Amino acid sequence: MLEDRKPDRGFVEIDGEECKGCGLCVEACVPRVLRLAESLNRYGYHPAVYDGHGCNGCGLCFFVCPEPGAIRVFKLAAPERGARPEAALAAV
Amino acid sequence: MPEYQVLHEKARSFYPRYTRKAEAQHQTHYCPGCGHGVTHKLIARAIDELGIQDRVVLISPVGCSVFAYYYLDVGNVQVAHGRAPAAATAVKRSRPDSIVISYQGDGDLAAIGSAEILHAANRGEPVTVFFINNAIYGMTGGQMAPTTLIGQKSTTSPFGRSIWNEGYPLHVCEVLAALEAPVYLERVALGNSKQVMAAAKAVRRAIENQVRGLGFSLVEILSPCPTIWKKNPVEAQRWVREEMAKVYPLGVFRDRTKEAEPRPAPAPPPALGDLPRILEIGDGAGEALPPLPKDPFADHRIKIAGFGGQGVLMLGEVLAEAGLAAGLEVSWLPSYGPEMRSGTSNCHVRLSTRAIDSPLVAHPTLLLALNEPSLRKFSATVEPGGWILYNGDQLPADCARQDVHVAAIPFTRLADRVGDARAGNMVMLGALLEITGLLPEAHIDYALRRKVKSERWLELDRRALAAGREAARQGVTHAS
Repeated sequence: MLEDRKPDRGFVEIDGEECKGCGLCVEACVPRVLRLAESLNRYGYHPAVYDGHGCNGCGLCFFVCPEPGAIRVFKLAAPERGARPEAALAAV
Repeated sequence: MPEYQVLHEKARSFYPRYTRKAEAQHQTHYCPGCGHGVTHKLIARAIDELGIQDRVVLISPVGCSVFAYYYLDVGNVQVAHGRAPAAATAVKRSRPDSIVISYQGDGDLAAIGSAEILHAANRGEPVTVFFINNAIYGMTGGQMAPTTLIGQKSTTSPFGRSIWNEGYPLHVCEVLAALEAPVYLERVALGNSKQVMAAAKAVRRAIENQVRGLGFSLVEILSPCPTIWKKNPVEAQRWVREEMAKVYPLGVFRDRTKEAEPRPAPAPPPALGDLPRILEIGDGAGEALPPLPKDPFADHRIKIAGFGGQGVLMLGEVLAEAGLAAGLEVSWLPSYGPEMRSGTSNCHVRLSTRAIDSPLVAHPTLLLALNEPSLRKFSATVEPGGWILYNGDQLPADCARQDVHVAAIPFTRLADRVGDARAGNMVMLGALLEITGLLPEAHIDYALRRKVKSERWLELDRRALAAGREAARQGVTHAS
């Protein structure tokens, strides 16, 4: 059941046109959810792509990537105190 | 729907677009897998975190990273090969509040710039240096660097680097750690994600040290160059980790950040108006003297020659000082080397009513020869109609000339009678003034007071001058 699955702790966005396909992010990715695309980008590189799920938001891919803005890493926001059901109950 | 927030993205200290190229302005010019890009990111991130973007001045080197100023949105100076630490010194000293980051590769820092980095470190310049060591000359196509590993092939070490031919890999951190001044020296690597994270910390620390006002910080970064190493980026990363780090051990080589005191602010420069007093020039007494007329045109080209110790240079200085006080154009050019020690020395003095083209006096109008070797060396060069003043009873027969005036006077012997043979130069000056009327007495006396600090010598020199004038009045031997 998709709805029951715990959300991923993070995800990444890769700019396939800035990426030069060096593969260092693929090498660094702990959950191994990055790979190089079969297709080529405008500059003739196989850009890195994210499988779409399984990212743990560690950010290592960002640090090993030589391009300033090819990767953006998102992290699951910590739920706010007030949003937690038990906290809401306690308030009542 | 779960909420996500941005954890890592392009640092604010990067420009949004890199305008060097007409296209692909969102991409760096670095090869895939290059360590420069990673290092740029670590630096940009540290600048963001420390909130110092407006204070940073990046010194870009020569090498692949020459275009660093197209990427990092900070102050920039791009400098000559190897000179980044010297330029960084200048920027930091003239703008002490700036955060100066010098960025250099190994060909730049460890080869042509080895003197600059050594002395900047030794002076403890409070700047931050990032040293990219990839064991090769990358930009120029793979020549051997000082950091190339033993056995490593390059276009200039095609059989592999040999210790007998090219010497050992240069360990920059270890060399600098032998100096007293550096505050922080660390070697990191970009060999895998763990090493990159450690590098990020070191990069930030090195910049933070400067923000805290501490001294010299350098981080050496073992960095992949996949293209020139002919490896794919992943193999290149492994080579950094497994081969380079073996030769260049990672770690902190110096950390005095705890005990280091913030450097005191540089002393403010003295006010311009105070300089003459500090340098003991232009006390005003000379300005009170009447200037000589600029007309008619006069151009005295004087050569003074003798043994070292006879006061040759001093005699020239007194003439030049007096000339300055008289409002003339003046030059004084000493010529000495090993000659200063029991050899001949000479100086060239020009006193002119017009701007002087060259301080060199090849054909003097006045030759003051304090000994025979000097006379022999220069007598033939004197302009026809000029004067030779010679320290002796008469000119040696083979030095005689028909077309010049000669005054042969035993100046040293006269000085001996005055009280010290070393005042022979002043006896000669007295004679010169008497014969030529070159400069007024008052100007000469002013120059003497400026040059001679001892009262005893001042008095002796004045008597020597008078003795020279007297001797000149009594008998000048003209050329027949």
